[in-house]
Amino acid sequence: MHSHLKPGPLPLNMQLTPEGKLKHFLSTEGLPHLLLHEIMDRAEQFVTLPAKQQKKAPLLRGKTVMNLFFENSTRTRVTFEIAAQRLGADVTNLDIRTSSTAKGETLLDTVRNLEAMNADMFVVRHEHAGTAQFIARYCAPHISVLNAGDGRHAHPTQAMLDMFTIRQKKGDFAPLKVAIVGDVLHSRVARSQIHALTTLGTGEVRVIAPKTLIPAGLEKMGVNVFHNLDEGLQDLDVVIALRQQRERMDSALLPSEQEFFKLYGLTEERLKVTKEDAIVMHPGPMNRGVEIDSDVADGRRSVIMEQVTNGIAVRMAVMSMIMGSMAGGNA
Amino acid sequence: MSVLIRNARVLDPASGTDKVLDVCLQNGEIHNIGEDIGQCPDAEIIDASGHWLIPGAIDLGSWLRAPGLDHKATLASETAAAAASGVTTLCYQPEPGAGVDNSAQVNLIQDLSDTQGLANVQVIGNITRGLEGKQLSNMGSLKKSGCVAVTNGWQPYASLAVMRTAMEYATTHDLTVFVYPLEHALANKGCVHEGEVSTRLGLPAIPAAAETVAVAQTLSLIELTGTRVHFCRLSAAGSVRLIRQAKQSGLPVTADVAAHQLFLTETDLMDFNPLCHVMPPLRAGADRLALLEGLADDSIDAICSDHQPHEADAKMAPFQQTEPGIAGLETLLPLTMRLVEDGVLNRLQALNKITYQPARIIGSHAGRITPDIPADLVLFNPDELWTFSQENMRSQGKNSPFANWSFQGKVTRTFLAGQPVYTHLPS
Repeated sequence: MHSHLKPGPLPLNMQLTPEGKLKHFLSTEGLPHLLLHEIMDRAEQFVTLPAKQQKKAPLLRGKTVMNLFFENSTRTRVTFEIAAQRLGADVTNLDIRTSSTAKGETLLDTVRNLEAMNADMFVVRHEHAGTAQFIARYCAPHISVLNAGDGRHAHPTQAMLDMFTIRQKKGDFAPLKVAIVGDVLHSRVARSQIHALTTLGTGEVRVIAPKTLIPAGLEKMGVNVFHNLDEGLQDLDVVIALRQQRERMDSALLPSEQEFFKLYGLTEERLKVTKEDAIVMHPGPMNRGVEIDSDVADGRRSVIMEQVTNGIAVRMAVMSMIMGSMAGGNA
Repeated sequence: MSVLIRNARVLDPASGTDKVLDVCLQNGEIHNIGEDIGQCPDAEIIDASGHWLIPGAIDLGSWLRAPGLDHKATLASETAAAAASGVTTLCYQPEPGAGVDNSAQVNLIQDLSDTQGLANVQVIGNITRGLEGKQLSNMGSLKKSGCVAVTNGWQPYASLAVMRTAMEYATTHDLTVFVYPLEHALANKGCVHEGEVSTRLGLPAIPAAAETVAVAQTLSLIELTGTRVHFCRLSAAGSVRLIRQAKQSGLPVTADVAAHQLFLTETDLMDFNPLCHVMPPLRAGADRLALLEGLADDSIDAICSDHQPHEADAKMAPFQQTEPGIAGLETLLPLTMRLVEDGVLNRLQALNKITYQPARIIGSHAGRITPDIPADLVLFNPDELWTFSQENMRSQGKNSPFANWSFQGKVTRTFLAGQPVYTHLPS
C-alpha cells in the first residue's frame, strides 16, 4: 500500500490547487465567494454563447469524463453528460450499482480500475456522505472529482445552478431574503444551498419545516429556522421548495402527504405574503400537490424550467474551470 | 528469579503510597517493599532512580479479535502491544462469532494468551448465547472457567424481559454484568453524534438520548434484580448524571469511559476522518467536560482503552462504510497521564482509574503494589518526551487518531508476575 493511502481525514481544502484554482468540486462549503461568482460568470458565457460556437471551443477535447453513479438519477446524469459532450469530452456512463461493487469489489478497487482506463474526471453520485471526498483524496493525482450528490451531505452543482438562477433574476445577494422549504433533514441540496447562500452574503437565509425535518444544530450553519410557513414566507425574495420524498411518508416523520401540503405546501394564496416579485424554485422532480401546487409550479413566479437549462451551463462552467486548472498545472 | 528495584518512586493508588522505596520481587510475587530493604537474595538489581514504579494497568475492554478475526489482530500482537504500553491485564471483549458461550472457548482464549505470556487475559463471557439476546448462555460454567464478567456487548437483547432474566441468572452466579448502554431504535443505524457536525456532514446520527434512555432502563432493572452492573463506555453528559444519582442512592453500579472520549469530540471527525469513527460516537464538547467531571468525582470509576484494532481496509471507505473503533491500547496510559497535566486528576487518582479501580470491578487482586500478589509492575520514566506514531505501534491495527500527539513519560520496563515482558531501549 502506498504511503499516501493510509486512512485519515478527507480535507475539504483539497478542492483547490495551491494557486487557488478549482481542482475538485465537492462542496460549496469553504470556497471563496469570488470563486462561486467565477462559476456563475462562466455559466453566463455558456448561456449566452450559441450552441454552435460552443462546439468551436471544445475545452475538454481528448478528455474522458466518467459518470460514476452508485445511486440512480437519470436526470442529473444526463445534464452532466450533455455538459461534458458540449465541451468536447468523451463521456462514459457507469451504473455501478449493477456491476462491480455489487460483486464485493471495494470502492477503491473500482476507482483504480477506472483510472487504468485513462479517466480524467469522475462525476460521482453515491448514497453515502463523503464518498466524493474519499475518491478525490485517494484517486490518482491527475484526476478531478465532481460531486453529483453524496448522501445527505452535498450537491454543489445543483446549489450553484440555483445561485446562478437567483443572480440572473435578482442580481446582488446582499439585500435578499431566501427561504428553503421542506425536508432539510434528508437534503444534500439544502445543505449546499445554505453554504452557497451564506458565502455569497445573502441578507437572510431561512428554512421552513416541521421539527421532524430539521436536523440538529442547523441554525449553526447561519440560518433562521421557522416551523410556521406563513411566518417564514413573510417578505421573501426567493422561495426554494425541496422535493418531499414519498418514502419518507412511511416513517414516523410526517403524518401524511395531505397534512404536509396543508401546512407546508406552496400555493398562490400563501405566497401572497412574499414580495410581489418573489421567485419560486424547485430542484425537481416535483411532487405536485405535496410540496408545491401546480398553479405555483407553472405560474408567473416559477423559474423551475430556467433552473434546468442553467443546470447544463453551470456544469459546463465547473468542468471547464477544473480542466483549466489542470492545463495550468501541466504548463 | 529475583529482582530488586531500588530507589523507585512507588505510586500505589490503592494504599495512597507516593514515596521513594525499594521493591523486591521473588517467585513472581512482590516479596517486600520498604526503605533500604536488605533481603532480596540472588536478585538482579535495577537502579530505578528518577523512575516511577506503578501497578500494571488493567484494561476493562479490549477487542482482541482472536480467535476468528486474526486478520485484524492476534493475541500475540495485542499482548505484545499491551506489555510495551504498561498494560498487564486485558479484559477480552466477546464479539459475535467468537462464541464465548461455554468453558471450552474461555479455556482456548486463556491457553492462547498463556502461550504468549506477555499479559494476563481475563475473559468476559457472553451473557446470551451467540450474543443473540435470546437464550441465556451457560453462565454457571463460564463463571467456573474463570470469566470475570458477562456481557451482551453492543448487541441488543430481544426484549427487556430477556435482559431481566439474564441479569437475575448472572447474579445467581455472582457475575457482574457489563452493560453497553444503547437503545438501538433511537440509534437507528447512525454512525456519529447527533448535533452540529452530523448536520454539516450529512451523516446519519445517534442522539445522546440513545445512551441515556438505556442507562435509565438498566438502572430500573437493577432496582428490580439487585444485579451488580458495570456500565461500559459512557459518552453522554446525561449518563454521567444518572450514574451519579444511582451511586448516591446506593445501587451496585460502576462505570468506565474510553480514554479517547476524554480528548476528542464530534468536531474531530470533521473532514470525515474514519479514524474518529467510534461507538459510542464522539460527542459534543459539553459531554466531554461532563465525563471529566464524572471522573473527578468518581461517578466514573475507570478509564479503559476500548481497543479495537482493524486492518487498514476497514477504514479505507466512505465514512459510513468504515468499521468503528480505535486501536487504543497503546494510548491508554499516555492519555490517562495527560489528565494529570491537564489538571483533571492528580497523579494517584489518574493511576487509580486504570489500576486499582478496574481490578476491583473484575474482582481481581491485581492493580496494587503490596506484598504477596503477582508482581505485575511497570517502571515509568516521567521525564521522557515522545511522539506517538502509527509506524511505531505494536498493535496489528494502526487505526489511531493520536498520531503526532506528544506525550510526557514513557514505559521503560514491564513485569508480568515478576518476569520482564518489555524493556525500552533508549534510542
